[in-house]
Amino acid sequence: MSALRSASDLSSPRIIDSQYVDEKSFLYETSTVTGLNLYDHLARVLTKILNEKPQNAADVFEDYSRNEKRPKPAPSSRNASVADEVQSKTELALAEIQEKLFSKGEGEDDIEVEDEYPIPNIMELSFFFEQAGIGLNREEMFRVGMALKNLTENHPLEHARFWGKIFGIEDNYLVAEVEYREGDEEEDEDDALEEVSEEQERQEAEENEEEDDTPKMVHRVSVVPREEMRTGANKKTYFVCNELGKPWTRLPHVTPAQIVAARKIKKFFTGRLDAPITSYPPFPGNEANYLRAQIARISAGTHISPVGFYQFDEEDVDDDDGGALPDNFIINTEFEPIPARELASSSLTSWVHHVQHILPQGRCSWWNPKEEEEGEPDSDAEEERADEPQPEVGPPLLSPLSGDADVDGMSPWTTSLSSKLVPQFAVAVVRSCLWPGAHAFAFGKIFENIYIGWGHKYSAHSFSPMQTAPVQDEYPTEPKITEVDDPTPEEEAAAREGQEEDDQDEQDDDGNYDDDDD
Amino acid sequence: MNVRNLHLNIDFLGSSGVVLSTEQKSTLQSSLTVVQHNENFGDLYFWGKILGLNKDYYIIQGTPKEPSAFERKTLYSQDCMNWGLLIPATEDMKKQAKVITGRFTGDPAYEFEKTIISVRNKEKETPELSVEAEEEEEEEEEEDDDESLDLDQKTVSMKEEDRMAAVIANIDADTALVPRGAYVLDSLGKIYKNRLFEGLSPFEASKLDYYFHFRKPSFVDHRTLIVRADLDRAIDFMDNISEDIPRGCWSIQQERGGSLVTIRSLYWVGYTFYHMPRTTEYGSAYVGTGEKNIDLPFML
Repeated sequence: MSALRSASDLSSPRIIDSQYVDEKSFLYETSTVTGLNLYDHLARVLTKILNEKPQNAADVFEDYSRNEKRPKPAPSSRNASVADEVQSKTELALAEIQEKLFSKGEGEDDIEVEDEYPIPNIMELSFFFEQAGIGLNREEMFRVGMALKNLTENHPLEHARFWGKIFGIEDNYLVAEVEYREGDEEEDEDDALEEVSEEQERQEAEENEEEDDTPKMVHRVSVVPREEMRTGANKKTYFVCNELGKPWTRLPHVTPAQIVAARKIKKFFTGRLDAPITSYPPFPGNEANYLRAQIARISAGTHISPVGFYQFDEEDVDDDDGGALPDNFIINTEFEPIPARELASSSLTSWVHHVQHILPQGRCSWWNPKEEEEGEPDSDAEEERADEPQPEVGPPLLSPLSGDADVDGMSPWTTSLSSKLVPQFAVAVVRSCLWPGAHAFAFGKIFENIYIGWGHKYSAHSFSPMQTAPVQDEYPTEPKITEVDDPTPEEEAAAREGQEEDDQDEQDDDGNYDDDDD
Repeated sequence: MNVRNLHLNIDFLGSSGVVLSTEQKSTLQSSLTVVQHNENFGDLYFWGKILGLNKDYYIIQGTPKEPSAFERKTLYSQDCMNWGLLIPATEDMKKQAKVITGRFTGDPAYEFEKTIISVRNKEKETPELSVEAEEEEEEEEEEDDDESLDLDQKTVSMKEEDRMAAVIANIDADTALVPRGAYVLDSLGKIYKNRLFEGLSPFEASKLDYYFHFRKPSFVDHRTLIVRADLDRAIDFMDNISEDIPRGCWSIQQERGGSLVTIRSLYWVGYTFYHMPRTTEYGSAYVGTGEKNIDLPFML
């Protein structure tokens, strides 16, 4: 019926008309399954093809046809459009926030060259990082620089530098390492928080005491006190933010208990500072504390500088007594730049750690738990000495990398030159194997450390959590300490009667007493 | 990611710490053009970097001009100039690679050795494997605690090159993301790129359900009929990543306020995938040590 007609058949208009109408109405038949009809479909497909004029139109015909057939969301359906609107709004919001980063502060029009500009030259560092193949891309680094500038304007800081980026599951952390100006420390914030929490604890303890009278343990486990600000693991303060342009949050200081616990667990960061850390052993704190503890460990393990850049202050060295090690250093003004080839040699003698090693106790300087019990007289002096815990020692400050312990039989650092084709101008790059993501580079008198990673230590063996403590033994049951129910009144009466009968039996023998009431 | 605009596309991964130095980018531009011509590849992809102790490996993958399913040829180089072909990994190699742990050294001819001590319990027929780690040729002392235990020692050794091929195959099997709709299955069973793919909408891009593994589907047919009725058989023929075990092994984030979606794998740490919604830009790269994160269940 629908076969091609030859020209001779065009003679009869009525036949052609009816055939034409038949065939056209066939094309207009709507499908019982999808409701489409062929005529409209072909019209749409051909219109689209003619509008777009793709190459090899005959080959992509099926794709167009399939696309047309796919159910399109009706214009009145709100789902997609609302979600898209939301998306563009968040994009817009972030862009506006970040725009503020690029606005100049007041009074910056008079270009005063300050001697002590707290932020390093970010663009220079970003150039070197790029040559070394590490770090973030240039635009992001520039934004980091602007965000740091913002930070220094809001807080009285002496130094601020970009520490690195730690990835999280839902959101990432950008970390800035700062040093407050002398005397301008904002201790209020952090201590206020701690005071509040201590008070809460005290109140809770008091409440509990009132409620139960069970005897408390006399033996008190002494808590290792955290190090003072600006010393040891709390030498620097850290600020984090999730997205550049958003306000920086200060991380609380780290306590030795947190470092000790952080060494035993391995958890991904979620990106929310107030997220709880559920682990065994239970971590004393939330994600902000865990983050701070990991940052402390990473800094202690991987912050390095070319040998000679920092040196001990001579005054400190003179005041040395036998045990104390200098923990402060100054920049060596007579530093001679080390050639890149030496810095990149695998013997690692030209780099030193400039952050103190954290002892197993969780602090950088050993704290003797016996010192707290000064008030208690110890009768036996010998016993005291024997019980004296061994002070923990770690490698001293400014010790070279060549003294670092091996990781799984391999060197803990990987060194390389950034360029093989132009070694004269190459940058020396050092990468840590113990903390994957920790990098350092050095070029002439410029060097920098950065960490970009997930915040975990490397171990060749899989992580196995700490085993739970064995079940405590029960006290052996003896009849002497076994609880027995108090006798009930009936039992008491029965016992008393039994007693009286015995008495009466005895007394009957005497014959003095009369049974009768007469 | 496609090498056609490598120096621009690598910027998308910049916020994940994946950075190529200028020297590397320019070397790659010339050497990859040569490779593409010599090997007659239709498409060439920069797969990523495996970090070794002394040197790193740069990996690229190419698809033939007539794409047939999920076939890809893998090449590696240490200086971005000279590329060597890696033999495709066999099942045996993949199994062996799962046993060997430790970092890649950077020397393709290095031999990894691992001694597996398996204990065969006489009462049960099934042998229990307990793996002792060692890299040098040290003899382990057998501990015969129980007289009824038979100890079997088996040494597995693999060349670094082969291990690399196997690790790359394993990573591809577990990752290799593509957005939904990017590839089409036609009625003849051929898979090819969807020329009409316009990118996911911002709403879709933020959901893990809209991303697939680019590999032979293994559990598409296990879904219930009700679910299958809603799927479009032409594009939903690959495995969804939201069904990966353990749940939560993918981290999806929106950067730049939502105009760039980054998906990172927590199982193979270092694998990053990016997609710009409403555009056809998507790609992925792996920059890492080449070791699986077996501790993942403890870390979530």
